Amino acid sequence: MRNFLKNARHLSSLVILLGVGAVAFIALRSLVIPADFGKYGHYRAGALDDIRARPISFAGRSACEVCHSDVVETKTAGKHAAVSCEACHGPQARHAEDPGEVKPPRPDAAVLCVRCHEANSAKPKWFPQVVSREHSGGESCKTCHEPHRPKVGG
Amino acid sequence: MSMNRREMLIESGKLIVLTGAAAAALDKLSGATTEMPEKYRMAEHWWAMTIDIEKCIGCGNCVQACAKENGVPEGFFRTWVERYYVKDWEAEHPEVDSPSGGASGFPESRRAPGKSFFVPKMCNHCANSPCVQVCPVGATFETPDGVVLVDEKYCLGCRYCVQACPYGCRYIHPVKGTVDKCSLCYHRITQGLTTACCEVCPTGARKLADLKNPKDPVHEFLRQNSVQVLKPQMATGSKVYYKGLDGSVR
Amino acid sequence: MIQHLPHGVEGFMYPNEIELQWSVLIVLYPYITGLVAGAFILASLERVFKVEAVKPTYRLALLTALAFLLVAPLPLQLHLGHPERSIEMYLTPHRSSAMAMFGFVYLWYLMVVLLLEIWLDYRKDIVLMAQSRTGVMKWVYRALTLGSMNISEGARRIDDKMGWLVTVIGIPSAFLLHGYVGFIFGSIKANPWWSTPLMPIVFLFSAIVSGIAAVLVLYMAITRLRRQAIDMRCVDTIAKYLFYAFLIDFSLEMLDLIHRIYEADESFKTLDFMVKTRLYTSQVLVQILAGTVAPILLLALTQVVKLGDLARKRVYGVAGLLTLIGIFAMRWNVVIGGQLFSKSFLGYTSYKLEFATREGLLPAITLMGLPLVILWVLLKLLPPWAGEGAKA
Repeated sequence: MRNFLKNARHLSSLVILLGVGAVAFIALRSLVIPADFGKYGHYRAGALDDIRARPISFAGRSACEVCHSDVVETKTAGKHAAVSCEACHGPQARHAEDPGEVKPPRPDAAVLCVRCHEANSAKPKWFPQVVSREHSGGESCKTCHEPHRPKVGG
Repeated sequence: MSMNRREMLIESGKLIVLTGAAAAALDKLSGATTEMPEKYRMAEHWWAMTIDIEKCIGCGNCVQACAKENGVPEGFFRTWVERYYVKDWEAEHPEVDSPSGGASGFPESRRAPGKSFFVPKMCNHCANSPCVQVCPVGATFETPDGVVLVDEKYCLGCRYCVQACPYGCRYIHPVKGTVDKCSLCYHRITQGLTTACCEVCPTGARKLADLKNPKDPVHEFLRQNSVQVLKPQMATGSKVYYKGLDGSVR
Repeated sequence: MIQHLPHGVEGFMYPNEIELQWSVLIVLYPYITGLVAGAFILASLERVFKVEAVKPTYRLALLTALAFLLVAPLPLQLHLGHPERSIEMYLTPHRSSAMAMFGFVYLWYLMVVLLLEIWLDYRKDIVLMAQSRTGVMKWVYRALTLGSMNISEGARRIDDKMGWLVTVIGIPSAFLLHGYVGFIFGSIKANPWWSTPLMPIVFLFSAIVSGIAAVLVLYMAITRLRRQAIDMRCVDTIAKYLFYAFLIDFSLEMLDLIHRIYEADESFKTLDFMVKTRLYTSQVLVQILAGTVAPILLLALTQVVKLGDLARKRVYGVAGLLTLIGIFAMRWNVVIGGQLFSKSFLGYTSYKLEFATREGLLPAITLMGLPLVILWVLLKLLPPWAGEGAKA
């Protein structure tokens, strides 16, 4: 038995080497893993805060309506009542934040209206659509339609 | 309206907007959440989305707004719109296109009579998400309020999740080298706003839904309509519910 | 109607699908780990199953396995968007992810199986060289002894017992290493080209086939370079095992194919079209005909017809090389083929292999050459033939 132990001694350095490696690994693990990892599940809880910290581009129509109550009035009961402001005017969070400094550009009706209303066989049948060339003969949509309340004479 | 009143409103607007109080004055028509709690509590929400195919006009507003709100790199899509064309009975062979993800709408293509419609697509925020399952390090995960997110500070860029997503919703961000996908505008919905795509959808085809909010119109929507999720055979627990989804849609 | 669009896209792809995610580097990953697993299993034939005839390749097979294993993680590292974060696989492995296990399986296999078995087997040689060499090499060998010069009869007996035990643990570990690589692909339900329970076992047997073929070719090449005589009994035996393993591998792959054709599920038409067009060369011509049927026929010939030594050597060499090409093509077809079709089953994209880019052909060739360089160093450091005849 003593002989066996003596002859197996070279394996001890191997065991020590593996042991040191394992301990180093466990130590490294506890040092490097983010402290908030695993708070809600198998991920970094701080990631939620990172993602929530992203700035907003679209202010949301309620922000617009705080000031532009005149437009709200025009839109009410019109066909575009449910269309939110930024659907046509684009992202306006910076304007909402600083209305004096940041002025939204005026939307180009020639491009904007046809985005939705140009006839397309894939569009649902209930949706009002025209072949713009035939419909207006090159005249601007705004000649007849007021975008906030598009029904002619409405 | 007098200019004075307007200027006054602008000044007060400065204070209100982006202080969280503005978010409290929520869009009643979007109907997502009606009141903003003092502090956002994850346990009180379970986010989902409804998409009404019969309302989608393929304008691409959602695709553009998403890119602007989230800084989506050119050529990649957190949301996109597909146009389907099914000639007759061959639902297995639809013709599909999505030029630039449908961001600029769709050119009219005159074809033989058939069935044609638009299908907006996005991350399905699956409850049993295959992408979360395969992430080797926990860089993509489902939040306690039911949103599948990516931790871009932790993602290796191994792309296993891209392979595992049955819907093609993920891509590698060409600059960041990490995976990217729809976050359901988590930075917005946790402040009481709706997602960018829902905000700008002119027909209300897309609606953010909070399944844990008993007052959310989503419950009525789900009860009143035939709804379907994409690829139900994948059993991913998808939370994007489609109304009027044709059998030809993949 | 098939629309022709830019980027080599045909039909409809989801817009995020057009770019392939996993490149040629990810083809190398299962190829290299397969060679490791196969070479180790060949080595264990001698050790555990006492197949004396393959003894001349025992140490060579172990060193080959080590050389390839050291390179195995490199293509993955090169491919990652953030290689510096790969340590997270060890820090916060996600238990439900098939990929998360790779780090641990790799470490286990490298540290507990391969290095240990090689060290135990070479200990006597290392000690002798630590005593006889001079200069820097003396210190290298002294370090390798881990501080013990005991090579007495008793100590060697313990080494032998330990080595046997390590091999016994090593065989399932080798199966694990590669079966698990197959599971990484086979468990992706979103991808019908990958998703099959046969994938791990097909990967395993193709790994055994490629590993045996690699050692066969390397043994014949190195012996020739050393101007020594090739041990015909040894190569005959290896070729026989290669033949049998190949038959199992081929049967499994055909089973998969027949099953797919007969079931013809929703993905079948799409995949069938892909195999007949975009994958035709790499799948039908290279993998199946040149890389599988041809070597099987060649090996069958040596089993049936009595050929002379020279003819047999040539046949084994050709069959071995064809096998290595065929298994590489198989990895290619799995990894690349699985990304050429849309998950909508409505279209196809194409893979353009670039040359001198991060994931191009040049790094791929370099990574395939690197194990041979490492093997050359290992052969200098630990000559497999030093102990020939001396070892009990």
